[in-house]
Amino acid sequence: MLASAAGVLFDGFAYGMLLFLLSVGLTVTLGMMNFVNLAHCSFAMAGGYATVTLANRFGWPFLATLPIAFVAAALLSMLLERTLYRRLYRASDLDQCLLTIGIVFVSVAVFAWFYTSEQQSAPVPEYLRGSVQLLGQSFAAYRIFLIAVSLAITVALVVLLERTRFGARVRAAVDNQRMARGLGIDVERTFMITFALGGGLAGLGGALAIQMVGLDPSFALAYLVYVLIVVAVGGLGSIGGSFAAAVVLGISDMAGKYYFPWLGAFLIYLVMVALLMWRPLGLFGKR
Amino acid sequence: MANADVKPLEVVFWLATLLPFVLAPNYLSLASQIAITALFALSLDLILGYAGIVSLGHAAFFGFGAYTAGLIAKHCWAEPISALFISGVFSGILGYALSHVVVRFRHLALIMLTLGFGLLLHEAANSASALTGGADGLQGFRVPAVLGFKFDLYGATAYAYALVVLFLCFLVSRRVIHSPFGLALRGIRENATRMPAIGAPTRAHLRKAYTIAAAMAGIAGALLTHTTSTVSLETLSFGRSADVLVILILGGAGRLYGGIVGAILYMVARDQFSGINPQYWYFWIGLLLVAVVMFLPNGILGGLSAFRKKHQ
Repeated sequence: MLASAAGVLFDGFAYGMLLFLLSVGLTVTLGMMNFVNLAHCSFAMAGGYATVTLANRFGWPFLATLPIAFVAAALLSMLLERTLYRRLYRASDLDQCLLTIGIVFVSVAVFAWFYTSEQQSAPVPEYLRGSVQLLGQSFAAYRIFLIAVSLAITVALVVLLERTRFGARVRAAVDNQRMARGLGIDVERTFMITFALGGGLAGLGGALAIQMVGLDPSFALAYLVYVLIVVAVGGLGSIGGSFAAAVVLGISDMAGKYYFPWLGAFLIYLVMVALLMWRPLGLFGKR
Repeated sequence: MANADVKPLEVVFWLATLLPFVLAPNYLSLASQIAITALFALSLDLILGYAGIVSLGHAAFFGFGAYTAGLIAKHCWAEPISALFISGVFSGILGYALSHVVVRFRHLALIMLTLGFGLLLHEAANSASALTGGADGLQGFRVPAVLGFKFDLYGATAYAYALVVLFLCFLVSRRVIHSPFGLALRGIRENATRMPAIGAPTRAHLRKAYTIAAAMAGIAGALLTHTTSTVSLETLSFGRSADVLVILILGGAGRLYGGIVGAILYMVARDQFSGINPQYWYFWIGLLLVAVVMFLPNGILGGLSAFRKKHQ
């Protein structure tokens, strides 16, 4: 029992890292730019399908497809930001919700049209398939890889936002658009790049998720709830908060599936509702 | 300010709802589905269109009413009118309980909480399969007749039943909207900080509206149970919450006829295109949503009235 507890903890952590990758972009766009983007997981799905296409139709190695997944999702989100989203930055929550739900519906249908609604897979290289023995426990190599990638991205992201000039511009534009404009910051460009970055990270998350949870057109809706929970519980705009929320959610979801399978997702939703009632701005929310 | 007088167009509209009995007797069961959906959309309109409470989990009350009616029919008695009433009251009580939480929040927390309550109830019904039948739905009961009229194969009784209930609830909503209370709700929607300043008990008003809307959604759910003699888990799903939102927005939120017009268009279109895969149906719905948000912010009815004003 104890040994399996370590396994559950590890699997849950890996799952949490996946959720973090999927949601960190939304933390930025929803939390900082205040745009209720329910289509975030559609970007993730786009990244996932980019990987599937390259790996299966063109025989690219899995690792080489990952940057393309990032770029494809980033371009897609940039395109949508330019054409649709930017007109609604000042609109009500409801309008933003409706627009992005519409985009989710369209994306689900489009991917079902081109790729059918069956589960897709992408072959991963040999060295990521096996498992690693450590202290009498076996850990899936792919999950270790996933954790390593996610941790690296977290560090890079925090450094980017907290320590670079670009990060300073983003924070300034978010905090006070008018003042930032007055200081000569190109707010629109900054927002566009931030949006592309968030969408790209989701795409990368979608590509990495294939091996772990599979990929089919319902992905955009199925993971939307999880991603929203991470962002809302972690606290809007707080990357550290999202990280903590994703880890807690991943581990508790995995533990729930192992130990209380009859409860389904009930526990997760209950915890989310309770946490939101206690702290509507999330655990680490500032505003 | 919309006045409370009955306009000729309204009389014509309600008379036209009787036409399916004569013109399309083969489509009466579809017509009853439309009436039920319209009632559900109307209930959402009260909180979303008039009071400005965005809800992504309104199906919670619809499904709660549907299950209540189903359980009464299965374990207690088959008489529908009393069951309809009880379902409405129970959903209203649930709505009143949740309203204490819901009205305290705005923006993302509100959206997430309504979504969360909806998902919670869906999961609870799924888990409590001994009571609700779980994923198979609640089956094995039949509501034979309403007020002595047997439910027939063509759905004539079902449509008449649903239409009468829709009409009565519509009258209630109309009265509510044109009362000072309805005016206060619109005030809260327009400016939630200024209303308390003129002495309006904002939260009490919102709680009241939420309770009425929940009861009405429960009645719509009970109607569905009575006319179809099954309850599926789908009545509580996120999909149903999203659908009714789409219907209301399409027709025009904040207008009494918005939900009804939206329901007619949506359901008739879905029936006509039922041959195509539901996934592709959602492609058009998605596209329509984007178009409505971008170009027709007040829905079809809003667009029509703007068009009329321009040409007068």
